[in-house]
This record gives sequence, structure tokens and C-alpha cells, in this order.
Amino acid sequence: MLDRRKAVKSLLAQRGGDVLIVTGLGSPTYDVAAVADRADNFYLWSAMGGAVPMALGLALAQPGMRVLCVTGDGELLMGLGGLASVGVAQPRNLAIVVIDNEAYGETGGQKSHTAGRPDLAQIASACGFQRTVTARTESEMTELRNLVMGAEGPVLGVIKANAGEHERVLPSRDGHFLRQRFKQAVGGVP
Amino acid sequence: MTADYKWQDGDWRQGVFDALMRQDIRQVAYVPDAGHSSLIEACHETSDLITTVLTTEEEGVALIAGADLGGQRGVMLMQSSGIGNCVNMFSLLSVCGFPFLTLVTMRGEWAEFNPWQIPMGQASEETFRRSGFLVYRAERPDDVAEIVEAAARICFDSECAVAVLLSQRLIGSKIF
Repeated sequence: MLDRRKAVKSLLAQRGGDVLIVTGLGSPTYDVAAVADRADNFYLWSAMGGAVPMALGLALAQPGMRVLCVTGDGELLMGLGGLASVGVAQPRNLAIVVIDNEAYGETGGQKSHTAGRPDLAQIASACGFQRTVTARTESEMTELRNLVMGAEGPVLGVIKANAGEHERVLPSRDGHFLRQRFKQAVGGVP
Repeated sequence: MTADYKWQDGDWRQGVFDALMRQDIRQVAYVPDAGHSSLIEACHETSDLITTVLTTEEEGVALIAGADLGGQRGVMLMQSSGIGNCVNMFSLLSVCGFPFLTLVTMRGEWAEFNPWQIPMGQASEETFRRSGFLVYRAERPDDVAEIVEAAARICFDSECAVAVLLSQRLIGSKIF
């Protein structure tokens, strides 16, 4: 099992200017903000289940950019159908990273479905994702980073993480600000 | 862009399609629906459009918001029974100011055969309004394209959430 904060930091260490990120609510938002609060991050603070389809719409609109959806197991479980829609759309520039601590950290650490039999990487494979990697060790993290940063999508990486909570690094909650800032960063607003 | 699709004579959806194209719609997301079927086929056959099929309408709200982040205008095609699936996701629109346009074929309001369609159909307009939408209704074939185009303009020019309800009388009630 990996430390989520360190894993996300190592994942984004070599992030280029062509990588756009959408985060799922809760800890993935804090993990990405803890690396760097950037204009080309769009943080969700609610809309649970919406991170993957939002990243899909962005990836389809910006085929020249790499779009990363960084989300959690609980958030993804609420919108599993989105994986099937990605599997149909086959965006080559979309990568999904699930930080899977098998628990709902925001609500007291109750077990999520991934603590049982359901396996998000296998679900993504069955939905038609090109490749998936599940990382439990540092060396597997290298493989995961290569996949989500470079491989032809859609791809999905699962970071199996310790259940422990980290300091909450809270980016802006002003949705209008986040939207305008993001659109300016990708040239969507004159 | 309309040349690819062979519309049937008198299909008012051709006017809807042309209005959407004039308003520079680039992404179409939909849940399969009989009332929208020729429009959906036309979108799939139009190479300049990105047409995405969804498993639930809730995905479409987030997908169209993502398209806006990437600088593209989108529309979601849905049926009234899907409105309730979206309610929490609609919070994205008001909290962030995403423009959002949806065309909704109505059930449960005109010669409806299936009682299971009536609760959501009857709650459609109020659900949209309470979620912060502007709501327009189209009742007659001759009006639909104009209403859709006006809805698209206010949606994208004033950046708000807009629903156009296509009445069941207009669509034709489903025959089993």
C-alpha cells in the first residue's frame, strides 16, 4: 500500500504544460492541490460521480492535451457508468487515476466496495479501456506513471493507498473563479 | 454540415439540428430516446460533431461542463424521465456558472399510456426551475427551431442553464 500524498506528488513531478487535471471531490482534490495549485487544475467539491464524465467532455474538446482525472474509489463508484461511456468514446488523450484507499475518508472511513470483491481496474478493462495498472509499490508506481502520462488512452491507473488521512490542503471553493481560471489557462476564453 | 443526413420530409428536428449548428454546438451527449432519434442519427453522421452516448443523464451534465472547460459548446438530448437522475449534478452549473443547454422530450403529460412516466413528467418543469434553469416549452412543429435557437443564444451569451421541453403532443404519444 502506498502513501497517497507521496504517490500523487511523484505522479505529477514531471507534469508538463499539456496536462489538464480534473479532480474528484474530497482527498483527491486536496492531494492534487498539495502538489501545486495551478490554473489548469479543475477541482470538484461536490458533483460526486461527475469527475470521469467531466474529464471525458474536456478530453474530447481538447484532443491535443493530455487530460488526467484524479479521483477516489468512492467518487468513481458513484458514477461507474462513466467508465462505460469512456469505453465507447475511446478518447486517446484521457487517463484516469483512482486513489483507492478502500474507504470513504470524508465521512469517517467507512469501507468502500473496493474493500470487497469489486476491482476498478478490471471494471475499466471490461469497459474497453486500452490498459490498466494497479500500483501497490514504488516500482509499480513507475509503471503507473508511464501509463497515465504517456500511453494511448483511455487508460486507468489504480493507486492502492493507505487509509490514513492527511492534512487537508484546501484550494479555492469558488466555482466561478475555478472555471474562469481554467478556461483562460487552456485558451477557452479570449 | 447537414448534407450527410437524409431527413424525412416534414421532420421538424432538421430545423433543430440547423439551429444547433448555427449556434456552434460542437458536442452532443444523449441518452437514447425515440423522440430524438432522427436528431441523434444526424448528429452521429456529422463529422464535425462529437456525439457521446451516456449511461445516465447525470453524466451528460458533467460532460457538457467539461466540454465548456475545453472551450466547446454542448447540448444534452434527454427524456423527461431522466431529469431526476441529474438533480445533484445540476449544482455544478449554478455553482460554477457553466452554460448548459438540454432538449427534453416530454413523457407523462399528453395521452400517456404508461403511468410510471407521469410522476417525473409532471415534476419536470418545477424540478428544472428549482435547480436554477430557464425553461422554455415547444408545442408546435413550426416553433421548435426558433425556440431552440433562442434558448441556445441565451444559454451561451448569458451563461446560464436552459431547458427546452418538447411537449408530448409535439413528439406524439408512444404507441405500445
